[in-house]
Amino acid sequence: MAKQIDVENLNVYYGDFLAVQDASVNIAPLTVTAFIGPSGCGKSTFLRTLNRMHEVIPGGRVTGKVLLDGEDLYGSDVDPVNVRRTVGMVFQKANPFPTMSIYDNVIAGYKIAGTRKSKNDFDDIVERSLRGANLWEEVKQRLNRPGAGLSGGQQQRLCIARAIAVEPQVLLMDEPCSALDPISTLAIEDLIAELKASYTIVIVTHNMQQAARVSDRTAFFNLAGVGQPGRLVEYDETSKIFSNPSQKATEDYISGRFG
Amino acid sequence: MPETWDRVAADDRAADPRTAEAELLAEAGEHGTAATEALTGRLAGTAGSGASGTVAAPTRRHGAAPAAAPHGVSITGRSTRVGDRVFKGLAAGSGGLLLVVMAAIAVFLIWKALPAFSGNSGNLITTQAWRPQSSPPFFGIAAILFGTVVSALIAMLVGVPVAIGIALFIAHYARRRMATVLGGIVDLLAAVPSLVFGMWGLYFLVPNTRGFQSWLSEYWGWLPFLKNTTATSTAQYGQSLLMAGIVLAIMIVPTVSAVTREVFLQVPGETMDAAWALGATKWEMVRTAVLPFGRAGMISAAMLGLGRALGETIAVALVLNSGFVINPHLTEPGGDTFASTIALKFGEASGSPKGIPALVFAGLCLFVITLLVNSAARMIIARRREFTA
Repeated sequence: MAKQIDVENLNVYYGDFLAVQDASVNIAPLTVTAFIGPSGCGKSTFLRTLNRMHEVIPGGRVTGKVLLDGEDLYGSDVDPVNVRRTVGMVFQKANPFPTMSIYDNVIAGYKIAGTRKSKNDFDDIVERSLRGANLWEEVKQRLNRPGAGLSGGQQQRLCIARAIAVEPQVLLMDEPCSALDPISTLAIEDLIAELKASYTIVIVTHNMQQAARVSDRTAFFNLAGVGQPGRLVEYDETSKIFSNPSQKATEDYISGRFG
Repeated sequence: MPETWDRVAADDRAADPRTAEAELLAEAGEHGTAATEALTGRLAGTAGSGASGTVAAPTRRHGAAPAAAPHGVSITGRSTRVGDRVFKGLAAGSGGLLLVVMAAIAVFLIWKALPAFSGNSGNLITTQAWRPQSSPPFFGIAAILFGTVVSALIAMLVGVPVAIGIALFIAHYARRRMATVLGGIVDLLAAVPSLVFGMWGLYFLVPNTRGFQSWLSEYWGWLPFLKNTTATSTAQYGQSLLMAGIVLAIMIVPTVSAVTREVFLQVPGETMDAAWALGATKWEMVRTAVLPFGRAGMISAAMLGLGRALGETIAVALVLNSGFVINPHLTEPGGDTFASTIALKFGEASGSPKGIPALVFAGLCLFVITLLVNSAARMIIARRREFTA
């Protein structure tokens, strides 16, 4: 069920401002791909084009192609709503619905889509998703408590549970651990390794060790200069990026000599 | 590259003059007292607290704490500041004043209404008439209670959904320019005096909706409250409770929508993103993220509107054709509310011993109703408090 993503010559705009220029990547199914690069280089923006979340921002638009198993996400007959149901997303800041219980947060995707299921089915989905997010044991006694009452790391895992509850084919993660302590980060990283068995995962991270730990391939984004669009500098096996990058800019960034 | 990092960090600090000074100060603290004191003065000056004249007092130099520590700052004892005490006093005083005013109003109403409880040949609660001047006095609040509750209810049923719709449109659907213009109009509408609404209701709305009311009675008359049993021609429709309710609805729309708009604008972007990312359409996003988030705010806004509808005087007095009977047929002319009765009957009330107490009693009833409704709303909001952001 996991799908292949092929991005071809994608330009990403905010209004007239070109944020990412001419990026092309091929992401294989059931792999973890990390996007790294300095702040403002467009890696999060690029990630958000992979499920058409970029368009939620007024003026957000793209040119080029994003193919999901050969099907263009930006085709004229494609509904972004359906894209987002296929490509799930986890955000930098854990964002459980504050008005919902843990249980309702997990099945929020079904409630939004208006899918009717029996209580038993929903119970199964909730347990399976929370187990999938390594959160079940911690919350099974308090599923009806507010999701916002959990700790930061638990909230982030709740968001992952919510994203995988609707069984997407790709999971995008935008700096999922940047607000978490090392133990919660480790929990999420372990989870990513497990989720790789079922999903194609793309993760944006500022933490290069994290990219090295969790990903199979790594893409390095950088700005050509102030006011210039972000560009995809190098995209390769993670081991190669971190040991023997082919670009000077990548090597500088990896080793801390940037700017 | 440690050197690089150090250099960058130093540059960062240098960019902020206050930090740079604090650092100088810290260094100076190690080297000599004279330099420290000179710098302390500079620092206090740049921090903008020079006006109070006590800048040199060690307790005031929060920013310079690390450097100041070697010079004998005590961390024991309570630091009292005039500003804190004054502000605390003002805040507590304002809160207390509110309670005093509330209590004073309640006591006044009860005290002045007491005479109305005796010498009434009718029943204070159930009598559908208002003749406190006659001898013996004959009055009761039944009809005006009915009129007040029904007209406010109509106003809520019609006004609140419209107001929430406007607020949603402004906050989440309209483009920025459109939203600004519409928002301005809503705020403007909220400032229009109620007398203007009343005159508009009487001279425009009532004459122009006779046909509509007649249509309601004819085709929706199977709902008893919409049936007009007395009118034989369209011209006999007019100043009904329904129209009063609609005028009130129009009056509360700006208030309710201004408040709900602010609440809707405060929905966190990441909560909306969460809904988008799960494949929500616009309406599904609003339903999942915006409306639940704004629930408490919507209830509060509706209560503000209800308060205005319950208490509205002049517009209702103008639109309604007085009649002290409980008439469930809302398209038939006639009806009164607490507020309109108090306004309309005041002129003739002073001549008789029961006139004023009867009206004050009506005011007391209005006061109690408002309190009850607001308490109920607070309870509804509090019931799911832990689920509100």
